[in-house]
Formats: sequence, structure tokens, C-alpha cells
Amino acid sequence: MKNLNKTTQKLITTIAVIAVLYAIMQTMQSTGNLSSLMSGLLVPVCAYSLVAVGLNLCVGYLGELSLGHAGFMCVGAFTSAFFSKAFQESIPDVPRFILALVIGTCAAALFGFLIAIPVLRLSGDYLAIVTLAFGEIIKNVINVLYIGKDSSGLHFSMKDMMSLGMEPGGKILVNGPQGITGTPRQSTFTIAVILLILALVVAHNFVNSRTGRAVKAIRDNQIAAETVGLPITKYKLIAFTISAAIAGVGGVIYAHNINSLTATTNNFGYNMSIMILVYVVLGGIGNFSGSVIAAVVLTMLPEMLRGLSNYRMLIYSIVLIVLMLFNWAPGILKFREEHGITSKGILDRFKKHKEVQ
Amino acid sequence: MALLEVTNLGISFGGLRAVNEFDLTIEEGELYGLIGPNGAGKTTVFNMLTGIYKPTDGKIRLAGNDITGKHTADINKAGVARTFQNIRLFGDQSVLDNVKIGLHNSYEYSTFAGVFRLPKFFATEKEMDKKALEILSVFGLDKEANVLASNLPYGKQRQLEIARALATNPKLLLLDEPAAGMNPNETRDLMNTIALIRKEFGVTILLIEHDMKLVSGICEKLTVLNFGQVLAQGKTSEVLNNPRVIKAYLGE
Amino acid sequence: MGFLTYLINGLSLGSVYAIIALGYTMVYGIAKMLNFAHGDVIMVGAYLVFMCMSNTGAPAVVSIVISIVCCTALGMLIEKIAYKPLRRATNLAVLITAIGVSYFLQNMALLIFGSNPVSFTSVITWQGISLAGGQLKITGTAIITIITCLIIMVGLMWFVKNTKPGQAMRAVSEDKDAAVLMGINVNATISLTFAIGSGLAAIAGALLCSSYPSLTPYTGSMPGIKAFTAAVFGGIGSIPGALIGGLLLGIIEILAKAYISSQLADAIVFAVLIIVLLVKPTGILGKQIKEKV
Repeated sequence: MKNLNKTTQKLITTIAVIAVLYAIMQTMQSTGNLSSLMSGLLVPVCAYSLVAVGLNLCVGYLGELSLGHAGFMCVGAFTSAFFSKAFQESIPDVPRFILALVIGTCAAALFGFLIAIPVLRLSGDYLAIVTLAFGEIIKNVINVLYIGKDSSGLHFSMKDMMSLGMEPGGKILVNGPQGITGTPRQSTFTIAVILLILALVVAHNFVNSRTGRAVKAIRDNQIAAETVGLPITKYKLIAFTISAAIAGVGGVIYAHNINSLTATTNNFGYNMSIMILVYVVLGGIGNFSGSVIAAVVLTMLPEMLRGLSNYRMLIYSIVLIVLMLFNWAPGILKFREEHGITSKGILDRFKKHKEVQ
Repeated sequence: MALLEVTNLGISFGGLRAVNEFDLTIEEGELYGLIGPNGAGKTTVFNMLTGIYKPTDGKIRLAGNDITGKHTADINKAGVARTFQNIRLFGDQSVLDNVKIGLHNSYEYSTFAGVFRLPKFFATEKEMDKKALEILSVFGLDKEANVLASNLPYGKQRQLEIARALATNPKLLLLDEPAAGMNPNETRDLMNTIALIRKEFGVTILLIEHDMKLVSGICEKLTVLNFGQVLAQGKTSEVLNNPRVIKAYLGE
Repeated sequence: MGFLTYLINGLSLGSVYAIIALGYTMVYGIAKMLNFAHGDVIMVGAYLVFMCMSNTGAPAVVSIVISIVCCTALGMLIEKIAYKPLRRATNLAVLITAIGVSYFLQNMALLIFGSNPVSFTSVITWQGISLAGGQLKITGTAIITIITCLIIMVGLMWFVKNTKPGQAMRAVSEDKDAAVLMGINVNATISLTFAIGSGLAAIAGALLCSSYPSLTPYTGSMPGIKAFTAAVFGGIGSIPGALIGGLLLGIIEILAKAYISSQLADAIVFAVLIIVLLVKPTGILGKQIKEKV
């Protein structure tokens, strides 16, 4: 019970920090102290954080490596943007966005569920590669998808715009590799932050509930979990579906913040999946707050290094390697232990210093 | 009717016959021992009883119901719980949570109630905590309820594993070498614990053990397994004096 | 005739995948890690060949040898700096570090060569043969690629089976701790595996860019992922598996491009992979490992 309180405390602290950061950013933006580049990053950072929280649920609690979470983000993004665009004139802004959010989340959850049924039979690196494959398939299919709307209803094609056979006045909704353009830009920083906090609470409550305990038990020892009567497949499916749904929310936020939504390797392909995985691992496996911190720092870092122009991504990659070695290499960990260069050691030293004063 | 009735059980791995024509009947309330040299197939029998391996031949009946080849989780729900020779705890979770996972099927609230913290969540969690602490206190583990399971000393980990198994409310408890790696004092404590849980939980116990003192001290009946075959079966004192058993254990 | 041409093109592309897949599969078998940077070593190898040929005018063979030597050294260096310290850490930590190395190589290339594609001059000047009265043309590049791949496969299988370092590699992949007890130098063996894999990556780079001459810092990325898929397809850890997986992947990709849709080709390749893994969860030639209870 004390344990539960500790994690709850951590959650509350994280939410408080996010709220403070939000207030600072809002003030800076309204007083014009935030560069346009930075303010353009506020919503995407929240979107990445959301996907990272979702992926962390999968990696940290289900214990399975997924390299396809960008795919679920992609599904959330495209279904919601499609809905918003299709009903741009017929439904008022607010209910439409709420519906788009629900649709994007549910679509991602459904894809997660459908993919999980076959995929969760595999494990380890095989599961990783199959999720990567699914992510790539989703991205590829969206790139050949053409959907238009005219007075007679919706038209679909997987070839090109011409084969839609639309009436002259028809509207193109999804235009193959050009994706969806002109999605209403409704995900404001405020909405993004609220959804991020909500996702953190949901994820936290989930892992600290009866179902979450079962999921963790399966992760820790599947055979033992079976012998105490846990239905393995059911709980794996639940966890994976929720994980995909949270990534879908990230996609909805992302899609309603840009003018032209396309599915490329960098925004919805394995590159994105890998980038999100980097946030999860650097932020701490199983640590939702850590994922958010890592997503914020690592998205902002290259932008802050922009002055270094071409060297910034090089520095980023070196920082990544060094951080991994510093945090995980057994030899370096031993050295840190011996010389008190651990977070606890530094904290203790700081406290002593204070006491002396 | 016997609680557990195993007839003609057998399993092959490829060409290797690991267990053959294995019969076993355990009456309710009995404390039964399964002994035999290393590699005789004892753990394989446990794995078949709990559905981890599917038997090639034979039938397993629990209180009259056929459980042969069912899923492990379903067999547990039917009333069989077990521990493992190489301890299998949920190492990254607290002692209390380990037992609460054992209670998983006895208490219920939906995932939705858990995620959105509905009143049902708080009420059920409170009951589960109470019940789990109750079980832990039988083993004297209630003071360590919030310790991470993997941080417990070895002997206590074995006890926690038994506590977790009991939390699933089994009719039959299978203990796989519960005294392995324990010193004589710990073994004596364990014998007391086993006697205690029999009384407290009214559970029938089948155990695999190499420690002859423990076996002769608490088991009422024994089955001796050698090369996957039953060598002898019956009352403990009779089996242990059987010349064939002595030969198998001490050699020619 | 069209089908035969596609089939040969598929075999040629598949041969390149197979050579790359070897690097993945050997490293995975021995170090149990996904070396995500492997694809980028291919790109480095291709740039090295390109530089040697265009800057110094060296003949193709000399350029390739230089590239192989450099890539071998690069592979060993990467292993020593980035992976070796993490030998006893979790798999995920090594994976992320490999991703870091991949970013590093890409951005290093970006700094040196810029993002504009350079046009790679084929290392194979032979025009090839034409059969059936000119109806079936087989390019020299395709022939040489397929032959090179087969030679490498046979050579590598012989090496692993019959030489002492090869046997050490098999021993380490089976059980690292037992191998140490048998007096095998595990570090040297892992280093050797990276050396071989990276050397092969240089060859793969030259062959890949001879068929697809546009070379950018990201050239290695997608073939790398696909070759990794091929390795899983064939059963990761198995050398013949890499060959079968690579060839099948290449053929499926080219046929899908020709007969179904060029944009959907990748999706089809990945869909086939998923189906294979669902039917046979360890790949075509993979071994099943069961947890002992």
C-alpha cells in the first residue's frame, strides 16, 4: 500500500511539473518570448509523449518490444483527420473534434487488437520484427489510398485519383502519397496537454489495478502466471490494445496540428517507431513520467542545437550512445557505484553539503 | 471418490519415453510424497498434472472431472496449484502483490473500474489486501508485505511461492522440492508450515522431495518413480523398507 | 520472357539482401543483438568504393578491396566502442545504442557527402548476355551479384564448419559461458563475427549501388531493414536461412512490383513475412527453443 502511494505521489508530481511547464510556455508564447520554432514544437512534443507513454505500457509492463507503434499513431492520425475533413461543414467544431478523437483512438485500438491476435503468439525479437512489418504495411497502404466524396457518397480507389470516378464538384479527402490536406487545426497546446495528463493517469491506474497486476505477472513469469489461473492471451490483448489506443491519441493530436498529413518513413514509418522507443528506453522502461521527460528533452535538444546546423544530429547521436553506455554498461555502472556518481549518491552528497551549511 | 485419480499416464519427447504407465490415487486430505532419483520423471508428472505438458496417454481426474490436457490456467481454476523446483515468483512485484495475483480469480472488478478508479475498485482492493495479509501472516511474511519478492531471502521466497499457490484456493497443492537448498533448521520450520497449512486451508498435498527426513516425517503415503516407471507405492514405512526401493536409491 | 527477366532481377536483388542478412544473422546468432547499424555500414562501404573510383580512378576491384578493409575495421571499432561495454546489459540497451550508431553513421555521411544523391558508377562493366535471340537479356551486374552471393555463402558455410575460428563461432552462439570454460576467446570471436559481417556489408554496398546507382546517406537504411526481415524470414542465426530468406524476399519484391503494384511491393513483402512467421514462428530454417520448467 505504501508502494502504491509512492507511485501515486510520483504521478502527482509529474502532473504538477507538466502544469507548471504548460503555464510557463503559455506565458512565454503570449508575451512573444517563444521562438516560432519552439512554439511549433509544443503540440508535436505532446503527441510524441503520448505515443511514448503508450509504447512504454507495451515495453515496460507487457514486456514485449514493439517497433510498430508509429503505425498505430498513423491509424489514429489518418482516421481522425479523415473524419474531420469529411464532416468539416456538417458538424460544428467542438463535437466534431471530440468525435474525431474518439474515432482515432478506437481505430488505433481496433488495429492494435487485430494485430495483437496473431502477433502475441510470437515473442521477443520475432514479435518486434512483425510489429515493424505491420507498421510498414499500414504506412504503405495509406500511401496508395485515394478517397473522394461527392453528392453520391464516398469513392475509394487504390490506384489513383482518376479512378475515383468523381463528379466535377467532388472533394478529394485522401490523396495517395499527398495524404490529407487542410485538416482543421484544432489540437491546441492546451488540449494536447490535457490529453497527455489524462493518458498518464489512465496508464498509471491501469498498471496499478487488478488487470495491470495480471499483465505484470505475465511479464515477470508467464508459466507461473498460468499456474495461478491467469488467462495469458486475454491480458496480453488488453494491454496491447490500450497501448495502441494511447498511441492513437498521439496520432489524433499530431494530425490536427498540421496542414498536410502524409505518411512517410520519418513521421509514421519505422524511423518514428524507433525514435519513440529511444524515448521509452532513455526515460526508463516502465517509467511513464520518464518517457514524457525524454520525449520533451530529446525533441527540444536538436532544436536548441540548431545553431550548430549540420552538426546537431551528429551530436544528438553521440549523446544517445554516451547516455546508453553511462546508464547501462555494467563496467561503467560499477565505476559509478564505487565513486558515488549515481543519482542517489549525488543527492546524498547534496544533502550532506546542506547539513554542513 | 478420490480427489486425484491418475491412470496409465505417459509422455514421450520425440523417441524418449519420460513417464510410462503412471498410476496414482490421492484421497482428500492426504499428504502424499512422490520420490525417486534425479531424472526419474517426477517434475514431468507435475508438469502433466498442471497442463504445462500435454500427456501422450492416460487420464487425469480431479474430484471425478477429467482435466487431462486442459490449459494450465483452467486446471488451476479446477483446483490444482503448484510451486516450482526453481522458484518462479513475480520478482518485480511486492510480496503482497504476488499473493494478490494468486487471489486474482476470487475477486473481480472490470478493467474499466480499475482505470477510472470507480468505488468498486477501492472496495475490492481493500478486501484483497485484507485476505492477502491474512494468508501472508500464516507464513509470518506479513511484515515483509511491501518488500520486492526478488529481494526476499531464499527460504522466504519458497514460502511466498506456497502462499501464492494457496491464494488460488486449491483443492490439491503440488510442492516441487520445497526443502531444496534449505538447512536442517529451515527444513524443520517448513515441515511445521506444511502441517499448519494442511490444518488451516484443508488442502490435499502432493510433494516431490529428496530430503528423506522430511518425507518420512510428514508423508502418509509414497510413490517411488524410477526411469519414468512406478517402482513402489503405498504407506510410507512400507515403501521405504521395500528392497527394490533401497536398491534404486543405494545401487547394487 | 518477362517473367524470367523479373525472376533473375529478383534473384539478383535477393542475393544482395542475402549478403546483408548474413551480417545480421551471424551477429544475432553470436551476440544475440539486433545490429541496427549494419545497414549503414553498407552505405559507408558504397561511399568508399565511390570515392576510390571517382577521386583516384582506382580500378573497381582495388576500390572494393579498400572498402572491405575499411568496413571491416569500422565494424570492429563499432563493436569495441559501443557494443562491448554493454555485453551483460539488457538487449534493449544494446538495441538503442545500435540505433545511436546508425544515426551517427548517417549524419557523419551527411556532413561529408551532403544529402544530394551521388551517381554511383557500376563496379561491373560487363554488359551481360542475351539469350533466346535477344528476348531475354541478363545484365552482367545481375550475374556477378548472384555468383558472388553463392561463393560467399558456400565459403562462409565451409568456414564455420571446418575452421577453428568457425567452430569457435558456433560454440559461442550455442552457449557463451560454456565456450569460455572450453578456453574459447569469446571477445575475439565476437569481434571476428563483426569483422566478417561488416566486410560483407562493403561488398553488398558495392553490388547494391551497381544495380541501383543513386547513393545517399540513407541508402543503407531500407535494404538493411529488409535484409534483417530476410534473416528472420529464413530463421535468424542460420546461414542457409539468410540465403533462402534473402532470395525469397528479393523475388517477392520484384514480382510484386511488376505484377501487383510498385507502391505496395514493400507492404506485400512484409505481409508475406508475417504469414511465414505465424505459420512457422522461428522462420523457415529456425530452431525451436523451449523453456525448461
